[in-house]
Amino acid sequence: MTEMEMKITPIKNGTVIDHISAGQALNVLKILGIYHTTDATISVLMNVTSRNLGKKDIVKVEMRELEVGEVNKIALIAPGATINIIRDYGVAEKYAVDMPDLIVGVVRCPNHNCISNTDEPIKSRFLVKNKNSVVLRCLYCEQTITENIADYLI
Amino acid sequence: MREFSQEEIDAVLALADTLEPYAYGGNCNSLSGKILALLFFEPSTRTRMSFETAMMRMGGKTLSLGPAEGSAIAKGESLADTIRVIGCYADALVIRHPKEGSARLAAEFSPVPVLNAGDGAGHHPTQTLLDLYTIRKESHLDGLSITLLGDLKYGRTVHSLAYALALYGAEITLVSPPSLRMPDQIKADLEAKGTTVRETGELNEVIEETDVLYVTRIQRERFPDPREYQKVARSYRITTDLLRKVKDDMIIMHPLPRVGEIDPEVDKTKHAVYFRQSFYGVPVRMALLKMLIGGDDID
Repeated sequence: MTEMEMKITPIKNGTVIDHISAGQALNVLKILGIYHTTDATISVLMNVTSRNLGKKDIVKVEMRELEVGEVNKIALIAPGATINIIRDYGVAEKYAVDMPDLIVGVVRCPNHNCISNTDEPIKSRFLVKNKNSVVLRCLYCEQTITENIADYLI
Repeated sequence: MREFSQEEIDAVLALADTLEPYAYGGNCNSLSGKILALLFFEPSTRTRMSFETAMMRMGGKTLSLGPAEGSAIAKGESLADTIRVIGCYADALVIRHPKEGSARLAAEFSPVPVLNAGDGAGHHPTQTLLDLYTIRKESHLDGLSITLLGDLKYGRTVHSLAYALALYGAEITLVSPPSLRMPDQIKADLEAKGTTVRETGELNEVIEETDVLYVTRIQRERFPDPREYQKVARSYRITTDLLRKVKDDMIIMHPLPRVGEIDPEVDKTKHAVYFRQSFYGVPVRMALLKMLIGGDDID
């Protein structure tokens, strides 16, 4: 048994998020809403050796299949991540996260004076200006976010 | 302003040119029977009054939300609801609001066209259009060399103007105190569009070559030390002495109000166009209202 196999044991049902940018696994958990006490079985691997990435993180969530909205959010901080939906120990679905052109209701505008940070009946909306090194531009006030995107997740 | 194409801007400026004679008081009833609602959630004199004048010069009428009513509404009802309601009373809305992005929100909820008359520190596109109209009338937009002077960090007017001038291939020189330089992001955007951007702290170095000198107000509150403010304000003051070596047809613009940036003696020179610039807000806003509301043909 290799070292890698010892770290990642198969799960029966759930989601394995692979190829997360090294160091971002905890932010992925934050996006998934797992930052308080939880009963879910979660495995987190950080900075493991990857042939393509050098280093990567992996998150494994048992008994939960990620929905598209959640996947989009992950793309913001880990654009190269792949999602494996596991059913009865087998990979039922496998796909790469796909950065949308428009991010709705996911990120809070850093501009405190932006109309999207008020009680108006709207959701925040950001245009994805650059998909490689992510640049987001608020559709309301045009403020851009270029780094620490995880800090602005709603 | 970034979303306007050069063709769209040219269409507005051309129509403004056609309508300008009526801005002096000619007989035009193109918007007779039409109503423009003015929603100013912040105080404004010239923008509000020039929109009112523009509407009235074309035979239309205006509804006005006073600042007090505006703030009362802002406290209770959402802006979205206010817009939905007032949008049913008028043929178009003009909005000025302290929050950035408010005009875009208004456009989402309004059943009629919305004109942004300033959204917080965001945009003030009708000011930019009247600036472009002034440059076109009093100087030239092609092959333009323009110097933007003063507060280039917080001044939304110069940001929008710089983006628009990039469409016309202008050569832009930025002159400001170090603490009030234009944000790097905007400079990068302009350069990405192929615009030549030069930056200096010394107006003397560049004034001889410029076709348009666009002066903005340096606000006292940007400087914690009043002596520093006095020093900076003095060093950027436009005087008749400074104008000795400028091009014969160089024009000086200012979005107004001015507070000491331009010596009143300069007003008498042929270079001073800032009061005409202020007037040009009327034909430009007439053109926008005509394009958005429609109305009858112009005689």
